[in-house]
Amino acid sequence: MSDESFISIRDVSKHFGAVKAVNNIDISIARGEFFSLLGPSGCGKTTLLRMLAGFETPTTGEIYIDGEPMSATPPHERPVNMVFQNYAIFPHLDVRGNIAYGMRKSGLSKPALDAKVEEMLELIKLPGYGTRGANELSGGERQRVALARALIKQPKVLLLDEPLGALDKKLREEMQLELRALQRSVGITFVFVTHDQEEALTMSDRIAVMSMGRTLQIDAPVPLYENPKRHFVADFIGTMNFFEGSVREVANGATTIDAGPIGAVRAANRERSFDVGSDVLVAIRPEKFTLSAEAPGGEVNVVEGRMGPTAYLGDRSHLYINIPGRDQPVAVAMQNLADSTTMIAPDQPVWLTWSENAIVLLPPEDV
Amino acid sequence: MSSGAGYGTYALSKRRIDGLFVYAVIYLAFVYVPVLFLPLFSFNDSIYIAFPLKGFTFEWYGKMVDSPGLITALTNSLQVASIVAVLATIFGTLAAKAVTRYRIPGRGPIVGFIMIPLVIPGIIMGIALLILSKMAGLSLSLYTIGLGHMLVCVPFSMLVMISRLEGFEKAMEEASMDLGENAWVTFWRITFPLSVPGLIASLLLSFTISFDEFILAFFLAGTDVTLPVYIWSQLRFPSKLPSVLALGACILMASFVLVSFAEWFRRRGT
Amino acid sequence: MVDRTAPTAALGEVQLTLFQRMRAIFLRYEPLRGFALLSPTLGIMLVALALPVGLLGAYSFWTQNYLDIDHTLTLANYLKFFKGIGIEFQMPGIEFSPFAITWPIGIYLPIYPSLLLKSMKISGMVTLATVLLAYPMAYFIAFRVTQHKMIWLILITIPFWTSYLLRVFSWKIILGYNGVINSGLMSLGLISEPISWILYNPTAVVVTLAHAWAAFAILPIYVSLEKIDRSLLEAATDLGDGPMMRFLRVTLPLSMPGVIAASLLVFIPTVGDYVTPKLVGGTTGIMIGNIIQSQFGKANNWPMGAALSIISMLVITALICAVLWFTNRARKRVA
Repeated sequence: MSDESFISIRDVSKHFGAVKAVNNIDISIARGEFFSLLGPSGCGKTTLLRMLAGFETPTTGEIYIDGEPMSATPPHERPVNMVFQNYAIFPHLDVRGNIAYGMRKSGLSKPALDAKVEEMLELIKLPGYGTRGANELSGGERQRVALARALIKQPKVLLLDEPLGALDKKLREEMQLELRALQRSVGITFVFVTHDQEEALTMSDRIAVMSMGRTLQIDAPVPLYENPKRHFVADFIGTMNFFEGSVREVANGATTIDAGPIGAVRAANRERSFDVGSDVLVAIRPEKFTLSAEAPGGEVNVVEGRMGPTAYLGDRSHLYINIPGRDQPVAVAMQNLADSTTMIAPDQPVWLTWSENAIVLLPPEDV
Repeated sequence: MSSGAGYGTYALSKRRIDGLFVYAVIYLAFVYVPVLFLPLFSFNDSIYIAFPLKGFTFEWYGKMVDSPGLITALTNSLQVASIVAVLATIFGTLAAKAVTRYRIPGRGPIVGFIMIPLVIPGIIMGIALLILSKMAGLSLSLYTIGLGHMLVCVPFSMLVMISRLEGFEKAMEEASMDLGENAWVTFWRITFPLSVPGLIASLLLSFTISFDEFILAFFLAGTDVTLPVYIWSQLRFPSKLPSVLALGACILMASFVLVSFAEWFRRRGT
Repeated sequence: MVDRTAPTAALGEVQLTLFQRMRAIFLRYEPLRGFALLSPTLGIMLVALALPVGLLGAYSFWTQNYLDIDHTLTLANYLKFFKGIGIEFQMPGIEFSPFAITWPIGIYLPIYPSLLLKSMKISGMVTLATVLLAYPMAYFIAFRVTQHKMIWLILITIPFWTSYLLRVFSWKIILGYNGVINSGLMSLGLISEPISWILYNPTAVVVTLAHAWAAFAILPIYVSLEKIDRSLLEAATDLGDGPMMRFLRVTLPLSMPGVIAASLLVFIPTVGDYVTPKLVGGTTGIMIGNIIQSQFGKANNWPMGAALSIISMLVITALICAVLWFTNRARKRVA
C-alpha cells in the first residue's frame, strides 16, 4: 500500500476560546516528502505545526505519525524535531553544546558524539565552528546551527516554522536551494511553514494552501500554479488576472464565456464543468498573454487595449494594459528576449491574445 | 574644545553645564547628604548630634559591638531575611512560570490578588496578621515575622521573574523539549541557567526588603526582634544614639559594598 | 481526500493505556498544568493575605468590652468613625478621650474622617513633591547621560539601601532643636536662637517622606522616559517644534504612565505610614497610621482599629480606582 499516510492529520481542529484557529483539517503526508503549509498570517499554519510538534493539543481530531497516535505523547517523546522561527539557540551554550543538546540520552561515548557533531557541522557548511559562542553567530549561521541541532537526532519528521523569514533576500534564496538539496539527501520528511508563496513553490513536493484555519487546496507546485481550484488560491499564488463572465456555450472540449470587456473567451475543458448561463470567473496568468502591435484577427481570446505603465525588471518586464470597460488594467509579463518586438509606447493601441489552454475557470465565490 | 576636567565616568550629550546638570547635582546632594550625616556623626566625639564637630572617635563603634541585644537582633534579621529571600524567590518563580507559560483562566485577577500586599499599608497588614496569629493561637516569634515578610516579598519576586521569563525563553524551553528532554530536565538544563540573573535579582530584592522591614516586624515580633525593631527601641535613649548612628553607617557601608560587588559580578557574568 | 479504509483502519484500533489516557488529558488541558504550578504560591497568599484581611473585617464588626471582645455583629465602630469621639456623659463619671477636641455638651467633632483626610492630603503633598523633584532627575539620566547610565541609577539608589528607620531618624536629627541645621547655623553665626518650627509638624513629615521615597519615584519615570522612541522627537523637530514644545507635546505625555506609576508607588505606602509621623510629626503631624496603631496599643480597642483599617483601605482603593479610571479615559480620548 502507498506511504500516503506517514503523517496523518485527521479531522483536526484547535479552538482558543471562541477563536477557531484550525478548523477540521485533513492532511496526509507521505514519507520523505517536502510538504509546505502556505498561507497568510493567522491562517492557522503555525498552530497546525505546533500540534504536530506537541506544543498544542488538538481540540478535536487526531494526529498519527508513522501509524502511532500522538495525543498521549508529549513533545519530548515524539519522533519529531523542530526548527523554530527565531531559531531558539541556547545562548549559554556554544555551537557544539547546542548541536549535541538533544543527544544526552543517546548513549554515545564522548568521542563518538564529537564525531557526529563534526559531521553535522560539515553538513551545514560550518566546519570548525564547534567552540564558537552562540552570541557570535550571524542570522544565517544560527539558522544552520538550529537545523543541525534538529537533524543530528535523525527524526522521522522535521518541522520548520518560517525559518528563512529573518534572512536577507540573497541568503534566503541560497538557503532555499540548500534546504531542498539537504532534504533530498537525508530523506527525512519535512513539514515547512511559510507565508512566501515563491518559497513554497521553489522547495516543496506538495503545498497545502491555508486560509482562516482551513486547507483550500493541496497540490504539487505546478498543478497549484497552473490549475488553482479557488479564487483565493489563484490570487495568493503568483499574480492572476480575473475577469467576470457568464457561460454561453459548453461544447466537447471547450467552454465559451462572455467575459464583458475582454469579449468572448474559449477555454479548454478541465475537470470542472459549468452550466450554460452560470456565472464564472475567468483567470489568466500574466505570462500567458501574447502582445502585438497589430490586430491579429480572430474572434475569441483576443482583445484590444492601450498600453499603460510598464515596469522593467531586467530579465523581464511587467506591462499593464488598459481595456475599455474595465477599471483594473490587465497585468502582462513577458521576457525581454534579445530579439523582442520594439517596445510599444504608452497609450498606443495594443492587442492581447491567449490560448484556450491558458485559461482557468473558477466558481464566482465571495471575492 | 573639551571644557576641562572633572566629567569622570559619564558623558553629557551636549557637553555643557546647564540648569539641568546643576539640578541633578543638587538633587544628588539632597539625596545623599542626610544619609551621610549618619557616618559623619558616628565618628563624632560627642553624645550630642550637633555641630560643631568635637573630635574623631571609634568609641561608638566599640559600644555598638559590645551591645548583645544588637548582635542578636542582627543575627535574627540575617536569618529571617535569608530564609525569606529563598522561599519568596521559589514561590514567586513558580507563580511567574505558571502565569507566563500557561493559559490560565482568570490569570489577570489571580496576579492582581497576589500583588495586593503591595497596595495595603504595612500597618494594616501587620495588624491583620497579628489578629490572625492571635486567633490561631500562634505565639509571636521570628516565624510570624517571616510569614509577614513572605507576604511582601513574594509579589516582588513574582514581578521580577515575570519580566525575566517573558519573551524568548518560551521558545528555548520548547526547543529543549522538542529535542527530547522532559519538563524537569528542561528546567535544569535551560530554564534555570537562563534565569539565574533574575533569580539573583529576586533574592537580593527579597533579602533587602526583609532585612530593612520595620512595621510588620514591629507588630509580629515576640521576644526575638529583628534589627529595625531593635533600632526603634534604642531611639528613645539619647545616650544610645551615637551607637545607633554607628550601626547605620555600617549598614550603609555594607550595602555599598554589596551593590558594587553585585554590579561587578553582573558585568563579569554577561 | 484521505482514503479512510485499508491501512488507516488499523490506526483506530490502537489502545491507549490508562496512564497514557490520563497523560493525554493532562496534556490536553493546559490550564490544569498551570494551576498545579500556581497552587503553592496561591495557597500561601490565601493563608497570609485573604484570611487575615477577612479576620480584620470580622473584627471590625465586633466591639471591645473593656478586656473582652463582644462578638455580636454591629456597625458601632463604623458609626463611631463618622461621629468621632468626644466626651461622653456617662453617669457617674466622665470619660475622656486623649485624641478628641470636644465640647462639654457632647457635640462630636468628626475627628476620624478629618484625620484620614489629613493623612491623604499629606500623602498627596509628598507625592507631588517627590514626583516633581524626581522628574527632572529622571529626565537628566534618560536624555543627557549617554554613557554609564547604570552607574547614575545605582548612585541614586544606594542611599536607599540604608534602613528606612535610620533615614527618617537622620531627618529628625537634622531638623531638631539641637539638630544639625540649627547647630550648624548657630555656629556659623547666622542665627542666635534655634529654629523650632522646622520639626514636629506636617511640613517635616512631607520633607522626610519626600526624601525617603525619592528613588521609588525616579525609577518608574526613568523607565518610561527611556522607552520613548527618539525618532518621535526628531519628527517633532522636523515639523517645527522647539525644545520646550517638544517636551510639552511629546515627551511629557509619553512619560505619563511612568509618572502615574511613580505617584501610586509613593502615595500608597505613605498614606498609612506610621514611623515618620511618629518621629518627626509631633502632635500636629499625626496621621491615620498612628491612630490605628494606638487602637492596638494604649487605647486597646482592637475592633475600632480594625474598622479604621478597613475604612482606610477602602478609601485608598477607591482613590486609586478613580485615578486609574480617569487616566484610562484620558488615554482613550487621546488615542
